[in-house]
Amino acid sequence: MADTLTPVLTDNWDGERAWTLAAYEERGGYAALDKAFAMAPDDVINAVKESGLRGRGGAGFPTGMKWGFIPQDNPKPKYLVVNADESEPGTCKDIPLMMASPHTLVEGAIVSSYAIRANTAFIYVRGEVLHVIRRLQRAVQEAYLAGHLGKNIHGSGFDLDLIVHAGAGAYICGEETALLEGLEGRRGQPRLRPPFPAVAGLYASPTVINNVESIASVPSIITHGAAWFAGMGTEKSNGYGIFSLSGHVKNPGQYEAPLGITLRQLIDLAGGIREGHELKFWTPGGSSTPLLTPEHLDVPLDFEAVGAAGSMLGTRALQIFDETTCVVRAVLRWTEFYKHESCGKCTPCREGTWWLTQTMARLEKGEGHESDLDLLLDQCDNILGRAFCALGDGATSPISSSIQHFRDEYLAHLTHGGCPFDPAASTAFAPVGATA
Amino acid sequence: MTIDHELGGPTLDDKTWAELREIAARYPEARSGLLPMLHLVQSVQGRITPEGIEACAEILGISAADVNGVATFYTMYKRKPVGDYHVGVCTNTLCAVMGGDLIFERLKEHLDVGNDETTADGKITLEHIECNAACDYAPVMMVNWEFMDNQTPESAVQAVDDLRAGKEVHSTRGPRLCTWREAERVLAGFPDDRADEGPTAGPASLAGLKIAREKGWTAPEGEK
Repeated sequence: MADTLTPVLTDNWDGERAWTLAAYEERGGYAALDKAFAMAPDDVINAVKESGLRGRGGAGFPTGMKWGFIPQDNPKPKYLVVNADESEPGTCKDIPLMMASPHTLVEGAIVSSYAIRANTAFIYVRGEVLHVIRRLQRAVQEAYLAGHLGKNIHGSGFDLDLIVHAGAGAYICGEETALLEGLEGRRGQPRLRPPFPAVAGLYASPTVINNVESIASVPSIITHGAAWFAGMGTEKSNGYGIFSLSGHVKNPGQYEAPLGITLRQLIDLAGGIREGHELKFWTPGGSSTPLLTPEHLDVPLDFEAVGAAGSMLGTRALQIFDETTCVVRAVLRWTEFYKHESCGKCTPCREGTWWLTQTMARLEKGEGHESDLDLLLDQCDNILGRAFCALGDGATSPISSSIQHFRDEYLAHLTHGGCPFDPAASTAFAPVGATA
Repeated sequence: MTIDHELGGPTLDDKTWAELREIAARYPEARSGLLPMLHLVQSVQGRITPEGIEACAEILGISAADVNGVATFYTMYKRKPVGDYHVGVCTNTLCAVMGGDLIFERLKEHLDVGNDETTADGKITLEHIECNAACDYAPVMMVNWEFMDNQTPESAVQAVDDLRAGKEVHSTRGPRLCTWREAERVLAGFPDDRADEGPTAGPASLAGLKIAREKGWTAPEGEK
């Protein structure tokens, strides 16, 4: 039984100048390269398969299996693309990782590229995080100078170029095929699949796209062994992950734990809900994952149990809202976000998110009618499963789940003739004991 | 450097043209350079200009319409001149609830500008932004895409006043703030010298690690 918290990726974040190569190497950094280079690339893939590592960007697809889909008999170059476009509302784990220890990601990118036989890799990082980009640029530069990147790395005969690519502001580019469009210098609109990126991705070549945390986990798997990783977590959700608590808890922040920890445990570690208040609703993995309530406090936070509870583990972005928060206001704001970020490619999402916003806004102002709730659910029904990518689906999650759990609160806006909550009471700088 | 008064910024000189070509050459296929190239255009001209679009199109061998289509898709590219400091207040749900809405209202009032507008002195462009992946520091404000964590209306006003007065302002977990144009140059892939400034991590990033240290919790021993 592992400890409650298991710092691996976060373990060096309290180190002095941990972002530098010197600090990273002092604690054994880049040793996973030699261990990996002593293995056949397929054995590295097998180790990641056996570890049970599942994609940490939200979908939870088995990482090793994804790597195994790369057709090695395809004569085109293979590419690794690290998805560092962290933008899902509530998600805030990859950014501190890259700021504190960019070399963990660089080392992971090298091992992963070796496994899939890529000689060029990219880190597609969202443009709105200047200092993180600086640290990545510096880490890559240091890694080249130290011989961890470039030609014949560590005398292995393996070559790798790693390019840090800054995006320019588009939530949709977190979707892997839209990300590839952005990386090819185009509008970030998703591609039809199949063909999947493993077959025809970047420049129509075989491409693996993995989240930052997934790639950063690879060196630890190589160093400590697949069984070590698989020994943490739950039966089908192996390993550790970073859980990000935000909102109305006493100590918001990053908590790295085996998958399967509960929100009750995490809130306890975070010092509880802020003083004088109680939990009202939360997202398990970003705004695109259906809202949960206090009745779900003991759901193990792994892929299976959160799914069975009617939501998704997503990115473990636990946004915590107490009773001062108006759920209608919260959901309207997310809906406006999806509308703003809809890429416009498909009709259900492009038009649907506008309709959702209009209907939600009317309800929030207390100007709607009870039948608008049915209208909203009908609109959701016309988007969910009919949109081109998951953005449209995600837009419906907060709406349908909030109507399911908080129908009365929507109706209260109608009887009250507007929002019955005081927005000042929910702020971080509200006086203790302020109530809505 | 000649100034194009109609555009309000310097024209693209030979150095910039060379740098634009240098960006394109970093990639296996040149067009991949377009996003950073547009960042470079903004760093020189303070916005996306018709001249910058034509330059990218010529270097990449694509049409100006293609470049325009890309430049209008991404929110960090601006058509109107941006001030020395781009101030973005997160008003996505979590930050909004935690105080972002009040901060944004206060700044609009204090600076006498609306969303996506620039102060008369050309110093500050104010915009409300979407989630910037710092929710554990809510409410969050970004200045030239540097983190200003745990803001209040008062701290936000203080920051913009200091910036307008020309005082040195630091990111709460990062370096001294540079100008928006300098920031855009880093995004184009031309690093400055500030990577080593600021802490390894902010306090919220360390919340779990601190508890683990106190309790002696670690990941299990691995194979040797």
